[in-house]
Amino acid sequence: MTDKKAIPLEFEKPLELLAQQIEALQKQLVDHPELESDINHLKKQYDNLRRSLYSNLSASDHLAIARHPQRPYTRDYFSRWDPNWMELHGDRKGMDDPAMVTGLLHLGDIKVIAVGTEKGRSLRDKQQCNFGMPQPEGYRKALRLFKHAEKFGLPVVTLIDTPGAYPGMAAEEHNQAEAIAVNLFELSGLKVPVIAIVTGEGGSGGALAVGVANRILMMEHSVYSVISPEGCASILWRSADKRDDAAKAMKITAREILDLGVIDEVIEEPLGGAHHDYDLAAANAKKAVIKQLEKLLLLSGDAVRADRQKKFRDMGTFHEATA
Amino acid sequence: MDLKEWFASRKKQREAEEVKLPLATDEYCALWTQCFQCRELLYTSQLRQNLQVCPKCQYHFRIGAMQRIEQLVDHGSFQEIDAHLESADPLKFVDTDSYVKRQKEASHKSGLREAVITGEGTIDGERACIGVMDFGHFGGSMGSVVGEKVARVTEYATEKNLPLILVSSSGGARMQEGIFSLMQLAKTSSALKSFADAGLLYISILSEPTYGGVTASFAMLGDIQIAEPGARIGFAGRRVIEQTIRQKLPADFQTAEYLLKHGQVDMVVERSKLKEKLAYLIKFHTSAKKPQTAPQKQKAVTR
Ligand SMILES: [Zn+2]
Repeated sequence: MTDKKAIPLEFEKPLELLAQQIEALQKQLVDHPELESDINHLKKQYDNLRRSLYSNLSASDHLAIARHPQRPYTRDYFSRWDPNWMELHGDRKGMDDPAMVTGLLHLGDIKVIAVGTEKGRSLRDKQQCNFGMPQPEGYRKALRLFKHAEKFGLPVVTLIDTPGAYPGMAAEEHNQAEAIAVNLFELSGLKVPVIAIVTGEGGSGGALAVGVANRILMMEHSVYSVISPEGCASILWRSADKRDDAAKAMKITAREILDLGVIDEVIEEPLGGAHHDYDLAAANAKKAVIKQLEKLLLLSGDAVRADRQKKFRDMGTFHEATA
Repeated sequence: MDLKEWFASRKKQREAEEVKLPLATDEYCALWTQCFQCRELLYTSQLRQNLQVCPKCQYHFRIGAMQRIEQLVDHGSFQEIDAHLESADPLKFVDTDSYVKRQKEASHKSGLREAVITGEGTIDGERACIGVMDFGHFGGSMGSVVGEKVARVTEYATEKNLPLILVSSSGGARMQEGIFSLMQLAKTSSALKSFADAGLLYISILSEPTYGGVTASFAMLGDIQIAEPGARIGFAGRRVIEQTIRQKLPADFQTAEYLLKHGQVDMVVERSKLKEKLAYLIKFHTSAKKPQTAPQKQKAVTR
């Protein structure tokens, strides 16, 4: 029940205190067997609290889970989906961005081109992956694989977990805006099915650069937004402290975005978040992708492209005034 | 409808809507304008005659969408399309003020319904579709309407087999429409994909300033990329980059000239030359599209 490995988040503090209490009582259980009913009572309380806590999460709570340091990353999913998946490297133009992971992967019987942003697990990995912020070369590496998929008629599955593109000098000089734009442009024209899953943070244009898909899925506690809540708060509220307000106002959570009609499915996570059980999270995601792919693979190439273009053509809400 | 009538009807419409508001805003009565760059005091009407370019230092002032259209298309040839589109408020967004109120304020300030005007006109006699963003309306930000209008003018050009010119000026995606704004990047880029597949010419003009979601979509997808002198163009803003990398950036970083040096634009064109360059580019590419007859063999000249 108590998950010792998972680092508790701020909003999980009451839960953690209760868990500590139970643990302390359990140590005395050998000498004081009469404590058993108390312990059982507390355990029940713990379960109830846990359930109610996780079913009433605020936007910022989801954000905290999405950014949890133990959150499963792209490599964690790929290796669970297919332990023999084969990584491919490089943009062929001078760089191999570790923040963008690409390769060949079997999803059951379906062969796919797998692409995903990667945050990196160890500190060294994180630095190399630039904390999940790809360089323009990373987007171009992904583009190379999209074209590979098109050439060989293989569907594409992308995983998104990135704070966004990197605000750096070289990234600008190497035209990251163009790198992102070209990916949107080319992805929209692919005749092979594309499925995107937001697994953690869907950070703006840097996320969309691998997100123009026939079906967009989001893990239950992931978030997707046009700008980071911190960025939004500092511009509109003129204070980064208003992050929680911005997160709420922008409607960044999976459920809200599903309700807005922008995404197609929310994938259930283990109670408390994917970091409590990587295997289960990966299995749920795999099942969802296969289910979506099986349907799309029945369509012709032209129909697949038309399906994707129509999806994005219909995005947005406005009024057509008569005057 | 020619431009004069267009302005007149729009003015009338504005006046009818807001009779009680004072007409003499700072903008209307300012006789003098100080150049942001050389600090020279310029006579406002003269500055306007000079296409809003400082005669002393060639600083290119930001201009509104209608003024730009006036400068680029042949007189009386512009036909606006989709003028009736208006923003909704899908998120019921409120920050320190409501999105609905901010929209009203933006329209009052700019006299426009939205941050882009689209339509068809001729440029030196050549038919073309054109979309011009206006930074004066909501910082030129792209929400659902801007995305929709850009997508529609692109589809219109595709259908009519016409070249497309988009003039960008934007702070980026409109945060108040959240995820919908982000999706406009994909919507516009996707429309341009079909346009490109039809073999048509798209010229993207980047003007002061063009940032964020607009650069990361249609503004960077031109067959030909043109920037206005001194215009600042990028994805991330200068301040954000400086805070992130903790170092000062070169003074000319993200300027049109800097982009030219780094291979991001084909040319930097001053405002007074823009129309003729566009006409040249359209003629060059559209005549190339017509079935080319084999060049006639030169007759042997005997002397
Ligand atoms: Zn000047």
